[in-house]
Amino acid sequence: MVDITPRAADAIAPAEVPDVELYHPHSWWTTYVFSQDAKVIAIQYAGTAMAIGMVALVLSWLMRLQLGFPGTFDFITPEAYYQFVTMHGMIMVIYLLTALFLGGFGNYLIPLMVGARDMVFPYVNMLSYWIYLLAVLVLVASFFAPGGPTGAGWTLYPPQAILSGTPGGQQAGILLMLASLILFIIGFTMGGLNYVVTVLQGRTRGMTLMRMPLTVWGIFTATVMALLAFPALFVACVMMLFDRLLGTSFFMPALVEMGEQLSYGGGSPILFQHLFWFFGHPEVYIVALPAFGIVSDLISTHARKNIFGYRMMVWAIVGIGALSFIVWAHHMYVSGMHPWFGFFFATTTLIIAIPTAIKVYNWVLTLWRGDIHLTIPMLFALAFIVTFVNGGLTGLFLGNVVVDVPLSDTMFVVAHFHMVMGVAPIMVVFGAIYHWYPKITGRMFSEWMGQFHFWVTFVGAYAIFFPMHYVGLVGVPRRYPELGETAFIPDSVHTLNAFITVAALIVGFAQLVFLFNMLWSLRYGRDAGGNPWRATSLEWQTPTTPPPHGNWGKQVPLVYRWAYDYSVPGAPQDFIAQNDPWPGKAAPA
Amino acid sequence: MAIALVLVLVVVGSVLFHALSPWWWTPIASNWDYIDHTLVITFWITGVVFAAVVLFMAYCVWRFRHKEGSKAHYEPESKRLETWLTVVTGIGVAAMLAPGLYVWSQFITVPDDATDVEVIAQQWQWSYRLPGADGKLGTSDSRLISAENPLGVNPEDPNGQDDVVVEAADLHLPIGKPVKMLLRSIDVLHDFYVPEFRAKMDMIPGSVTYFWFTPTRTGSFEVLCAELCGTGHGFMRGVVAVDTEQDYQAWLQEQSTFAQLTAPEKVGAAEMVQP
Ligand code: HEM
Ligand SMILES: [Cu+2]
Ligand SMILES: [Cu+2]
Repeated sequence: MVDITPRAADAIAPAEVPDVELYHPHSWWTTYVFSQDAKVIAIQYAGTAMAIGMVALVLSWLMRLQLGFPGTFDFITPEAYYQFVTMHGMIMVIYLLTALFLGGFGNYLIPLMVGARDMVFPYVNMLSYWIYLLAVLVLVASFFAPGGPTGAGWTLYPPQAILSGTPGGQQAGILLMLASLILFIIGFTMGGLNYVVTVLQGRTRGMTLMRMPLTVWGIFTATVMALLAFPALFVACVMMLFDRLLGTSFFMPALVEMGEQLSYGGGSPILFQHLFWFFGHPEVYIVALPAFGIVSDLISTHARKNIFGYRMMVWAIVGIGALSFIVWAHHMYVSGMHPWFGFFFATTTLIIAIPTAIKVYNWVLTLWRGDIHLTIPMLFALAFIVTFVNGGLTGLFLGNVVVDVPLSDTMFVVAHFHMVMGVAPIMVVFGAIYHWYPKITGRMFSEWMGQFHFWVTFVGAYAIFFPMHYVGLVGVPRRYPELGETAFIPDSVHTLNAFITVAALIVGFAQLVFLFNMLWSLRYGRDAGGNPWRATSLEWQTPTTPPPHGNWGKQVPLVYRWAYDYSVPGAPQDFIAQNDPWPGKAAPA
Repeated sequence: MAIALVLVLVVVGSVLFHALSPWWWTPIASNWDYIDHTLVITFWITGVVFAAVVLFMAYCVWRFRHKEGSKAHYEPESKRLETWLTVVTGIGVAAMLAPGLYVWSQFITVPDDATDVEVIAQQWQWSYRLPGADGKLGTSDSRLISAENPLGVNPEDPNGQDDVVVEAADLHLPIGKPVKMLLRSIDVLHDFYVPEFRAKMDMIPGSVTYFWFTPTRTGSFEVLCAELCGTGHGFMRGVVAVDTEQDYQAWLQEQSTFAQLTAPEKVGAAEMVQP
């Protein structure tokens, strides 16, 4: 059985963790700007990530305008299109989603959910944010550099990434991109070590690993993965910088560019792809696992029911995390690597579908016989399941090596990964923001604006990306700024493209309603109280809302149970907080 | 409640979209109809799973939505149900993987009677080289590339002298004969992609990659580059014409060999290639 009922032995005397005076900030600067409080750092991370995410969103409109109405916009040249694709993809994956889930939600939720006062290394945590900000600024600078940002695609495959046929290849674009990634990884490593050590060492008494909310499990596992995966990208970036600046040939074979023999020789472009995807595939799960964890908690809380199969869920997260390090070459089935690899990587890839499917079953089984409150976070959680299942299932096409051959590098792939790692995690991001907004600000958001935002975003995103699979089935390649007169592409594809563009613009503008809601409610939202969703996990039990620096006041909480005691038979309410000793007595203070 | 309805509509809409979609893959022109079959199997399995999961969700949302005084059932886990679901999923996955791997092994096993055809990509055009009468392609090296020898064929190699060189023009192939496409790039990554043939593969400077297929339908098919190769990527097009044997021979007669191209003064123009 799950560890749910407190035993007598669990009534440990509370430890008084003295709230050291020295620790608190003394000036406005150290409180709000150079803050070492994980919650302030979280908001800084999230704010920066969403700001740069807006840039990526605008770039997606420009690309869609070009694809929907080719030839209408003179300023979208092929060069510009490739720059938009590259910056959009890179920003969305790394600077928005990774930063937001780990730097944003990780910082805010880990200490609160495990009952700690803060991250274990607050100073390093602060540095992590400032280095991230620097990475973002370097990235933004490339828009203003001569030649503009790199247009090498977010995968940055050499040789083209550093040659003159690619925008920014022989100019500053690629250098700034590589520099920015290197900075990002340094900053992330500082934060990441913090999250891991805090989960392992900073938990309050009674908070065993198997009592942690799945949100913490998801973020924790993703962070461990990121710490193992990012170094591969780091060395790849450094090696490419050397190739570009010092004339080494790590990734560069002998080649002739535009009729001119270059002095490179002996390097391997495939080596870069292996390094990139050794990072790149785990990266998908670095974004997905926090989303898995968070969505489990949203569903459980708003369905007033424990998450079904908690232990299985934990092992599925850990199992997916481990397996995702041996599937990377499914991105390389048609890369020209040795064809025998196809057997191995197709098998591992399809095996990973099993723990993933278990997670989906357990989410929907949590709904079964629940008491479902259709709040905005719950709606977004449901939307996540739909889009994630959809995107996960098309992954079975692309993972099954021979089926991938006709589909790879077509719009089918673009549709697949947007559904599974674009739309689905973003649904969780929104659900999570609505869910924790009352804790972070002490105020409730506007319900009707939330409803509007949800419906337009969910239905709109599905309308963008579901039909896009069929554009790919026809055979339309990805990264094509226009299709021109191509015999096998019927006119109806152009009509469908125009439809997708219109849907994308509508969805984009609906995000302004979301931003407005967040700002407006900050001031005009009604008072939320400390625990408006009547949730069990520790962050809802803080003595004051929003939680102050140090989180807990005088005493850190003592944990008696797992995070999922909803609707327990015989209990006085339909939830029992993790620090509630029911049915025993609270230990003497 | 709207959400339960919308979830049902998502399933119904997706199925209808799929059924009525005029957007479907191009009529196949190679032997790889196995790939199409595996795709169809995958569509069925995944489609059923998608509909089942989303409809189940819609039912739960409708049936168990909050009502005054309702309370959730308390059940932390069920070993039996979880094991059962895992096993069923495993079987479904195996049902897709097995045919997939079987077809993959065919895909990578080139038949002995396949003819070599070399495709050479560069920013942003396609060239080709066919073995001459000796049936063998000469060696090549990108270090040998020059204005006179744009494909870098080794002039010292006797096998290469009679190779037919098709520079920046259409490729023709005879119907019904298996071909092994040897893929070579002289600058960056490219990918030789003809939607009707189903097969594709990246081309890597410094190595030779391959795939094989048998053309099964005559006609003219568009070649697209499917790996980002710089600004001209979207415009890197070509044409492969699949001909009857007769038309193919006629076309071949008009092509020049490497020897003719590099030393036109030595070889008389009348001395055309004899296949
Ligand atoms: C409404 C939202 C979005 C729209 C309309 C959109 C649209 C697009 C378009 C048109 C492309 C280029 C397709 C091509 O020509 O190959 C693209 C590429 C891409 N997008 Fe998005 N996108 C959206 C959101 C996202 C999100 C949330 C992510 C996060 C994972 C994301 C990640 C990517 C990536 C990784 C690429 C590939 C870039 C490359 O090919 O190098 N997108 N997107
Ligand atoms: Cu992957
Ligand atoms: Cu290309």
